[in-house]
Amino acid sequence: MTAYILRRLVAIVLTLLALSVVVFVVIQLPPGDFVTSYIARISGSGESIDQATIDALRAQYRLDDPVIVQYWAWLKGMLVGDFGFSFEMKRPVSEIFASRIGNSLAVEMLAVIVMWSVAIPIGIYSAVYQYSIGDYFATIIGFLGLALPNFLFALVLMYISYVWFGVTITGLYSPEYMNAHWSLAKFLDFCSHVWAPVLVISTAGSAQLIRVLRANLLDELNKPYVLTARAKGLKKSKVILRYPARVAMNPLISVVGWVLPTVISSSFVTAIVLNLPTLSPILLRALLSQDMYLAGALILFMGFLTMMGTLISDILLAWVDPRIRLGMAGAN
Amino acid sequence: MPGKDNQTVLQVTGLSVDFHLGKATVHAIEDVSFDLRTGRTTCFVGESGSGKSVTARAVMNIVEPAVIREGTITLFDLEEGEELNIAALDADGPKIRAVRGARIAMIFQEPMSSLSPVHTIGQQIIEAIMLHQQVDKKEARKRAIDALAAVHIRDPESAVDRYPFEYSGGMRQRAMIAMALACEPDVLIADEPTTALDVTTQAEILKLIRELQDRFGMAVMFITHDMGVVAEVADDVIVMYKGKVVEHGQVVQVFHNPQASYTRQLINASLGLEEAPARPVHGQREKPLISARNVSLNFPPQRSWLGSKGSGVLALDDVSFDLYPGEILGIVGESGSGKTTLGRVLMGRYQPQTGTAHFSDRDGNSRDLTSRDSFRDKQVYREIRMIFQDPNSSLNPRMTVEQIIGEPLTVAGLAKGKDLRERVAKLLSRVGLSPGMMERYPHAFSGGQRQRIGIARAIALDPRVVIADEATSALDGSIRAQILDLLLELRDELDLSIIFIAHDIGVVRYFCDRVAVMNSGKIVETGTAHQICDNPQNDYTRKLIAAVPRPDPLKRKLMPPVAAE
Repeated sequence: MTAYILRRLVAIVLTLLALSVVVFVVIQLPPGDFVTSYIARISGSGESIDQATIDALRAQYRLDDPVIVQYWAWLKGMLVGDFGFSFEMKRPVSEIFASRIGNSLAVEMLAVIVMWSVAIPIGIYSAVYQYSIGDYFATIIGFLGLALPNFLFALVLMYISYVWFGVTITGLYSPEYMNAHWSLAKFLDFCSHVWAPVLVISTAGSAQLIRVLRANLLDELNKPYVLTARAKGLKKSKVILRYPARVAMNPLISVVGWVLPTVISSSFVTAIVLNLPTLSPILLRALLSQDMYLAGALILFMGFLTMMGTLISDILLAWVDPRIRLGMAGAN
Repeated sequence: MPGKDNQTVLQVTGLSVDFHLGKATVHAIEDVSFDLRTGRTTCFVGESGSGKSVTARAVMNIVEPAVIREGTITLFDLEEGEELNIAALDADGPKIRAVRGARIAMIFQEPMSSLSPVHTIGQQIIEAIMLHQQVDKKEARKRAIDALAAVHIRDPESAVDRYPFEYSGGMRQRAMIAMALACEPDVLIADEPTTALDVTTQAEILKLIRELQDRFGMAVMFITHDMGVVAEVADDVIVMYKGKVVEHGQVVQVFHNPQASYTRQLINASLGLEEAPARPVHGQREKPLISARNVSLNFPPQRSWLGSKGSGVLALDDVSFDLYPGEILGIVGESGSGKTTLGRVLMGRYQPQTGTAHFSDRDGNSRDLTSRDSFRDKQVYREIRMIFQDPNSSLNPRMTVEQIIGEPLTVAGLAKGKDLRERVAKLLSRVGLSPGMMERYPHAFSGGQRQRIGIARAIALDPRVVIADEATSALDGSIRAQILDLLLELRDELDLSIIFIAHDIGVVRYFCDRVAVMNSGKIVETGTAHQICDNPQNDYTRKLIAAVPRPDPLKRKLMPPVAAE
């Protein structure tokens, strides 16, 4: 097992290297760079900028060096923990990360926990009482959750809470707590805000999980081992939880793999609509303004999270399912 | 336990079970009555769908989504003298749960899927013990190990912590039996417990059940469709047909003086296989169609992340045989003997390391089937076709019968449109199905019909050789005989040569001209079917033949003879 994990970790490092090249090239692909898009924005607002400033900016950000030199400088920086400097926000990338990653993780993890705790019982119910009224109800709600775009749901939620309850639910903190240190009051304030994005993000996710779990469990429920367990004298509900539900859980565990990268990517639109201080809106802004070090670092980080997520779910699967665990060891 | 023998422990009277499908009601079984007595084995025979399994499940009151409409199932407690009507209990209530596993236990056909894949054997047995006996975990584990030892599993101390997929088929069925008998039940229900096993393993399991029955004195309700097994193990026989009991009697009487015509039909079908006359040898003097010489195939060791393990598996070890035109060559052996691998080599699926297999194609060219190049122009695939074991999974459920049978024709560019439909219609009627069924999907057909579809697909390209890999193993007795007869007809009509891969040596005498017996990748004996069946030379062949149950209770091979009544 240790050897396996080590091998996977090496693979992750190599993949990240390859990814960094791709990321860098892709970011360079659109015509122009940060300074040209900066000039465009300045002149768009009616002001002008003189050539000396432009040259100074270009020199400062070393935009006129060959691409290879720029890439090498970037890579070298990253190896020692320097992720570069955001032109747009005038702060080091690592600082931006640090200020927002906690929020991102909190929102996404909460969403995953909600997803699971909603999806598992409903999925099991739907499968065991297939075609019952409850199953139809869960199916309809599930499909609504899947079909409703996240941003629309977020907008509707904002509208309702403002018009009916007079509460604004954007952001994660009220203005007075924005820069305050953590305290009970700030935590309560956070709780009063975080439910909205968590609700929006987890609705679609749990709908999907319910469908997956239901389909899997339906397959497992007819397996002979379920009958064996009942023939032992176990109670039906216990049989279902202990045997088929356990086997049907595998796809839910693999979900962990794609949950991690969503820390940045999935809640894009939701985060923008709800104005969340998380990483996703930053990525969009960085890409639009060709803020290449910030965008590069974010995309690379997403790649890293994807691979770590896959590794973690593989390890979890092996831990839960002996067929996978012993298969990995080459035992048959 | 002689004192406990021959007392009625379970009495079923007038049992009827219904399935409600929408507004329609299907009577799964109707008015079934029987007794189970301690120390005796009652066999339930009949084709699939005859209601045997439903009866067994009704005895445990696990029939959902069906319902027990009427009838009583009385379980007698012989020590306390109490009675319990199982049919009247709540299907998930504490009373019936106290019976299941403790007083009535059950084993099933599929030893792989009947055990949870994610729990160890030990966990599953311990669970059963702790449900019904007031013992702590340590004691339960000890009893589980004892139970595994009782079913002769080697090294039970370590076997207890293994997962079902680490066991072989026969071992799994032993573990199932250990689990069922861990609480020493009065009644053991065995639902086709040996159908999925090799003959030799079947013989071991049958002996084991008998041995444990002698030891614990339980009543056994044994469900099977194999008349040979019935003749070996039964004391009493109940023949079921379409949900009803058509015959009920002691085994010798049922076999030698059957009352119902359906019983006679079942017995004749099995005797037909057993007592087939020798037949003229086919085409031996001609040039062989396939001539394999010294074929050896070594599967490389599995590569894992720890590096490679072991030296691989020698799946085929110096195999040589000839297949003559118009001949049916049986290849028999236990699972793992390499017979399926051999079939796959001939289809170009694997390339052996050494040896040759020359196939002379229609144009008279010789092609070496061990080389990938021979398959490049698809000519071989037109002339050698396959029929598979599982008629359920070898047909694409999303394709209509027309598409399934027509596919080889389309792929070969031989027919399309109206022409294709006509050819498919012809093929369907050739295999005994109505051309009107063309639009249907595989799920609308029974197992036997699906196998006919598979045969139609195989003969669509007018092949010269058909490789039938366990083509009849998944089928019931009478349907199996029909499929074999169909293949025999097709052989004569289309001048086919058939390689018939089977673990069931019982059908070989009826169906094959010559037989090659395989063991651990080697062909240990070759000869005419009759010579192999009646006068085997090799020890392994003898062992194999001896394990085949004969459909006559007076000529038992495995069990003690029937006691005189």
